[in-house]
Amino acid sequence: MSLLKHVWRAPLSAQFGLLMILLYVLVAVFAPVLAPFGETQVVGDGFTPRGGQFLLGTDNLGRDMFSRLVYGARNTLGIAFLTTVLAFLLGGSCGLIAAIKGGWVDQGLSRVVDILMAIPQLIFALLILSVVGTTATSLVLVIALLDATRVFRLSRAVAMNVVVQDFVEAARLRGEGLCWLVTREVLPNAAAPLIAEFGLRFCFVFLFISALSFLGLGIQPPTADWGSMVRDNAVLITFGDISPLLPALAVALITVSVNFVVDWMLHKSSGLKEC
Amino acid sequence: MRSIFKLLGQRLALGLLSLFAVSVIIFLAVGMLPGDIAQAMLGQSATPETVAAYRAQLGLDLPPLTRFGHWIWQLLHGDLGVSLANQRPIAELVGSRLGNTFSLALLAALVSVPLALCLGMLAALYRNSWFDRLLNTSALSAVSFPEFFVAYILILVFAVKLNWFPSISNLAPDASLGTVLERSVLPVATLSLVVIAQMMRMTRASLINLLASPYIEMARLKGISQSRIILRHALPNALAPIVNVVALNLAYLVVGVVVVEVVFVYPGLGQLLVDSVAKRDIPVVQACSLIFAATYILLNTSADVLSIASNPRLMHPKG
Repeated sequence: MSLLKHVWRAPLSAQFGLLMILLYVLVAVFAPVLAPFGETQVVGDGFTPRGGQFLLGTDNLGRDMFSRLVYGARNTLGIAFLTTVLAFLLGGSCGLIAAIKGGWVDQGLSRVVDILMAIPQLIFALLILSVVGTTATSLVLVIALLDATRVFRLSRAVAMNVVVQDFVEAARLRGEGLCWLVTREVLPNAAAPLIAEFGLRFCFVFLFISALSFLGLGIQPPTADWGSMVRDNAVLITFGDISPLLPALAVALITVSVNFVVDWMLHKSSGLKEC
Repeated sequence: MRSIFKLLGQRLALGLLSLFAVSVIIFLAVGMLPGDIAQAMLGQSATPETVAAYRAQLGLDLPPLTRFGHWIWQLLHGDLGVSLANQRPIAELVGSRLGNTFSLALLAALVSVPLALCLGMLAALYRNSWFDRLLNTSALSAVSFPEFFVAYILILVFAVKLNWFPSISNLAPDASLGTVLERSVLPVATLSLVVIAQMMRMTRASLINLLASPYIEMARLKGISQSRIILRHALPNALAPIVNVVALNLAYLVVGVVVVEVVFVYPGLGQLLVDSVAKRDIPVVQACSLIFAATYILLNTSADVLSIASNPRLMHPKG
């Protein structure tokens, strides 16, 4: 069955989720074409009401809200995606290696992860960011490291079930190296839950970065970012204007969409028939 | 009974061990600072001699192990050090805010736990009805929303449009209980909405799992009413996972207050932490992180202990 047919038969919520994700990616890729003004360009007075030249009005410094919203898709999604990929490369490979090697490698890595997970994530991130300073690079690295612990747990648990099977034993007896075992034997059989986890992890990372940016400790100005846009324009809410909520809505919409799609993928990979 | 004490002892030891590891990490974090605290406090323009003298005064020239021992010793005596930003003792800064934060989290827990359990039981009772579906969809959405989104929507509706509650919750130290409660309504509502969803889903899932088992079938065949089956027969056995998820969510509450406090300008520990991170006031960050982490570990450990204690098979072993 082709991919298109799968999508056609997917439940409405998953189709909606896929459509939304596609839309976000398109906006992120074509941001300079879609945005009428530049990302950091001051085009008018602060807090100009919506309508006319400015579709959604201007923000506290007189930059076009709509353009910043569009560029925000690129920055926020890009950084969250990069962080998730890093977390998966680090946590996933460590988890698979721990499962395959066993013994003290497994014990050592697992205990380190246990300790890192004993500290609440937000507090840990704040502690490290206060020491190394809030730059985009340190943000990505810190969050990737913290999320890698969660990925490690899952990939190790999934790989544990694969490692004990006969074909892995056969490959070991053939004398295959660690690299072969990870990429050719274990990974293909652990892919489905890991892909679903990627979606969920992306949501967590995305919410986490938005929360940090909202606190003023994430992506730094003047880069357009949804979390800090809410923070900068929060004053407007007390006047009953909903424009500061639009970036937050954008965050909420993409996380809900990814959750819908992951829900559907988990359902499919568990082999349950649609009812 | 001996096995259960052994299990409990192991969990407690593990909790203490993580607490120790956390304090080591928090202590080491300062060592990663470019330059050191003496340099940071005196600024770039200080001469090397002043920095060295100040370093000696702070005891920074001692070996790390001695300093760590000294730091822990002071912590255990309630001395949290001095803030870099305003030279005030941290214990003074933390003192009243700690109470505010805990009372906020406690209020949220008092609201959310009974509500989540009731909703979960109702959803299990009327499973697959429109009521259940509505609850499930809203729960899934509530988990995916950022906290500040929920908070601002509540502000927009209840503070700005309806004008029922104040939109910011800054408290004067001598505020009366009534004012404190009135100003805490929206922060508590935000926190509760975020944690109710997960607790409710867990309650529903563990109850429904049990409802398929033969002894429930038997109870049903005896003609016992649905609500009695859930309350008397299913709930005691579903308690372990429910207690666990409740404690985990309480641990989450204590950390989740950080964002909510900033939104509502609530004078709590979370806001102090965020301000100090922005100012890079490391000793305050250290103290706040340690308090948050210790609470988190304490609640996580009690989650483990309670889920062991609520397991009938472990509490009443055969023979």
